[in-house]
Amino acid sequence: MMEPIVKARGLVKRFGTVTALNGADFDLYPGEVLAVIGDNGAGKSSLIKCFAGAHSADDGSMWVNGEEVTFASTHSARDHGIETVFQTLAVSPALDIASNMFLGRELRKKGFMGTVLRQLDKKGMRLQAAEQLKSLGISTLQDITQAVETLSGGQRQAVAVARAAAFGSQVIILDEPTAALGVRESGKVLDLIKDLKNRGLTVVLISHNMPQVYEVADRIHVQRLGKRAAVVTPKSASMNDAVGIMTGAIDVPESEQQLSPV
Amino acid sequence: MSEKSSSKDAVGKEFELRLTPMRRIQKTLYRYPWLSSLAVLISVVLAFGLVNERFLLPSTISLMVQQTVIVGSLALAQSLIILTAGIDLSIGSIMIFGQMVMANMAVFAVASNVTPFAGQNPYLAIIVGILAAAAAGSLNGFLIVRFGLPPFIVTLGTWSVFMGLALIFFKARTIQGPEMPEVMLSLGEGFSVGPFFVTFGLLVMFALYFAVAWVLRNTAWGRHLYAVGDDPIAAKLTGINTNRVLFSVYLVAGLIMGITALITIGRVGSASPNVDPMLNLQSITAAVIGGISLFGGRGAVVGALIGSMIVVAVEMGLSLAGVDQAYRTVAIGVLVIAAVGIDQWIRKVKV
Amino acid sequence: MKGNSMKTTLFTSRFRKSRFVSSLAAAGAAALILSGCSAATSEAPSSSAESGTVAEETVAVSLILKNLTNPFFVAMEAGARAKALEIGVDLTVGASKEEGDDQGQIDLIEAAIAQGQAGILITPMSSNIYAAITKAREAGLFVIALDSPTDPADIVSSTFATDNCAAGEAIGQWAAGKLDGKKAVIAQLVIFDDRAVPVDYCRANGFLMGMGIDVPTLEEMDSAASSGSYTSGTGGDYEIICLEATGANEEGGRSGMERCLAANPDINVVYTINEPTAFGANVALKAAGKVIGEDVLVVSVDGGLAGVKAVQDGQIQATSQQYPLRMASYGVQAIYDIATGGAAPANTSANGQFFDTGVTLCTDETQDAVVAAPQEDSAYCIENAWG
Repeated sequence: MMEPIVKARGLVKRFGTVTALNGADFDLYPGEVLAVIGDNGAGKSSLIKCFAGAHSADDGSMWVNGEEVTFASTHSARDHGIETVFQTLAVSPALDIASNMFLGRELRKKGFMGTVLRQLDKKGMRLQAAEQLKSLGISTLQDITQAVETLSGGQRQAVAVARAAAFGSQVIILDEPTAALGVRESGKVLDLIKDLKNRGLTVVLISHNMPQVYEVADRIHVQRLGKRAAVVTPKSASMNDAVGIMTGAIDVPESEQQLSPV
Repeated sequence: MSEKSSSKDAVGKEFELRLTPMRRIQKTLYRYPWLSSLAVLISVVLAFGLVNERFLLPSTISLMVQQTVIVGSLALAQSLIILTAGIDLSIGSIMIFGQMVMANMAVFAVASNVTPFAGQNPYLAIIVGILAAAAAGSLNGFLIVRFGLPPFIVTLGTWSVFMGLALIFFKARTIQGPEMPEVMLSLGEGFSVGPFFVTFGLLVMFALYFAVAWVLRNTAWGRHLYAVGDDPIAAKLTGINTNRVLFSVYLVAGLIMGITALITIGRVGSASPNVDPMLNLQSITAAVIGGISLFGGRGAVVGALIGSMIVVAVEMGLSLAGVDQAYRTVAIGVLVIAAVGIDQWIRKVKV
Repeated sequence: MKGNSMKTTLFTSRFRKSRFVSSLAAAGAAALILSGCSAATSEAPSSSAESGTVAEETVAVSLILKNLTNPFFVAMEAGARAKALEIGVDLTVGASKEEGDDQGQIDLIEAAIAQGQAGILITPMSSNIYAAITKAREAGLFVIALDSPTDPADIVSSTFATDNCAAGEAIGQWAAGKLDGKKAVIAQLVIFDDRAVPVDYCRANGFLMGMGIDVPTLEEMDSAASSGSYTSGTGGDYEIICLEATGANEEGGRSGMERCLAANPDINVVYTINEPTAFGANVALKAAGKVIGEDVLVVSVDGGLAGVKAVQDGQIQATSQQYPLRMASYGVQAIYDIATGGAAPANTSANGQFFDTGVTLCTDETQDAVVAAPQEDSAYCIENAWG
């Protein structure tokens, strides 16, 4: 059996008296698109924030490529090849597209200006940013020096996804990428996800939208009451079944909860 | 659905075409918010020039530029802090503190009963004074970062603390120019360029502006400073060490205040704790008039320089026109409100 | 039960004290009336205290200043502290935060009342604090105004001041005498030009009156006509170029002077509210290429050590020396005397409204036109300077 690229066992996360994660397990296999669904409060966001390095779990263990890890910040998650597109996108509205794509890992010029005066290689960053957007088929952005706040919601999402995909990452986590978008722009984001998969990246998609999940996901992780309730595939379970597991109407026995990669 | 939204786009396009001149202004101002303050400065200067011909005399202009030197330098420090969506009320107080440290350290006769460290080499005294101000600035940064206290409250407190410390340590003693070593007054000296007189203090201020503007535009630290001011949570999620950025900004601002202390000694010709206690508000006024957004993350520091020049020009112009101080105060207030209004308007720009 | 008894003790002691204080105040007031009838004396209040009645109780006094940075007030504080130490008075020193901060002074007055102090020495910021002073006197505190007389004078129990109008007049007369008939092109560097503060208008308008310029309303800063003729000395024409607010500090003095020079570079008489302002103005004058003492006369009021040294160096041509140290130390003594059963000091000023601590005109070029104050040279003034 294939080794999971990201694996977690028994994750616990509490916020005061609220238990967001209550011993959650997680398995992500290379090259797949895994959707994470669940009711509000099921712990979807808390779960992926543990992988993103934005939260640290109170208990439980995580492995990346078989190596046990603990993430102190989003930086250490990135060092392990995990990039996250947060629901808020985590972009700086007043900065331009290129600056945002390289925010926190800017390129410096070579030689004296770069090493002593620490001057940024703005031209280099713009070129790379434009290339990255082009290679992802994002053509609606004409001016790479445009401030992000002047973009539409879908365009901002595209910038955030392009940023996540730009730095040699293995896993990209997308938190509710279509929640704030219209139908047309949502379609583009789904195309983007398929494109990421075609390029060999592993994608985690958190979503509420069942039709979208069924359109792009290889497997579906159903989160319920802070735990993994089941893993299904679009073929093995209908949308109604998935919703049933999500809401607790259908109980899945422990032995059937785990599902191998497709 | 898709048809609907595309037709909306078309409507938007038409709308955009119709309003092109206004939209273009808005978009340009969006990119260069200090342009509006530059326009204000030019119109203020021309208007006063029409009212009173003495206003445009080279000697008057030379004076006005010199008068910006204290508020202008402090406004630079203030701008850095405002760009992080903070505010510094302690700014004048720390400057005075630095000034008292350097003067009392350099002068033995007066200070001998105040501190055993008096009578030092003046260069050493200047460096210690600047470092004292930098340390005071980093105390602000430490309290804000470490305890998560709001900058307004922290600096309101340190404003009092450093004013009090200056009085306690140095007995509120004004040190007159002739008592001080010449080097401490050197930033008040200068040279003539045609009809204009340029002081070294002015050159130092311009150099500071140039350096800070360059660093903000060309280094990761500059980008991060804007990002932290714009949206601190987003900045943190992208992996920026927001605490370190914030702390370093208060440290650098303190350093600038220390240098301003030396500039002030040069300009005033003495080191006095009796300097205008409203310098903190004046520096905020200059920064805001210069298009630096109080919400953080937007604006260029050159705006603060233009802003301080506007304030000085309005003071001088109304003075030459024989208008009372009270009306000048009103005029500055109106400018501040107008500046904030323009800031709000240009931020509504959309593509 | 225990708590209750303690409460009672506290209550009675407070009651006794307040009765004690008010009876003292009554005695003080009576003494004031009595001494007002007797011959005026310019002697400092006597320090011989009848210590029999309240030997154990320390006399507590508040000194409330306008700020703690102006050398003038710094000197006052030093004078008061030295005297308090000498005679064993418990002195509290406080100040408002800046010029114009009335509330800061009101808070300090209220604190003194709350502590049941014997008296307050205050340099009143403006008439806005009169209500608080009245409240303090009603509570039995003896309130002495220092430096700035109140208007009307009987707002306070007594005033220890220097005659700011006379101080202004002396430098005005000096300037007129020195000009010797030349046209006066005047710059006035004041604290405020939009608020009426007694020390400000009394010095500035006193200066104009000293030159022999008609001032219709003393309380109005820009009351005099902007041009006309002056009558003191040999008389001549005058023109007032500017009235600039400086906040009475060096930076304000410099910027204010620069604005005046921009309006008219031919200024030859500069009135400054105090010496720090004069120092700032001097920097601007020198930068404009003026030789101080030759091209332009700089006159001021205060008489601080640095100020009278500047007279010696020719940087200020004449300044009216006042005696803040004396004001404060006499004031502390007076409250101590009254609290220990002595009499309040009699008023010695020309108009009989306050205890005059005196003015001396410091200059190294005496002018016959000066009659408002005795003239002394800079050496004498340095000897007697504060700060």
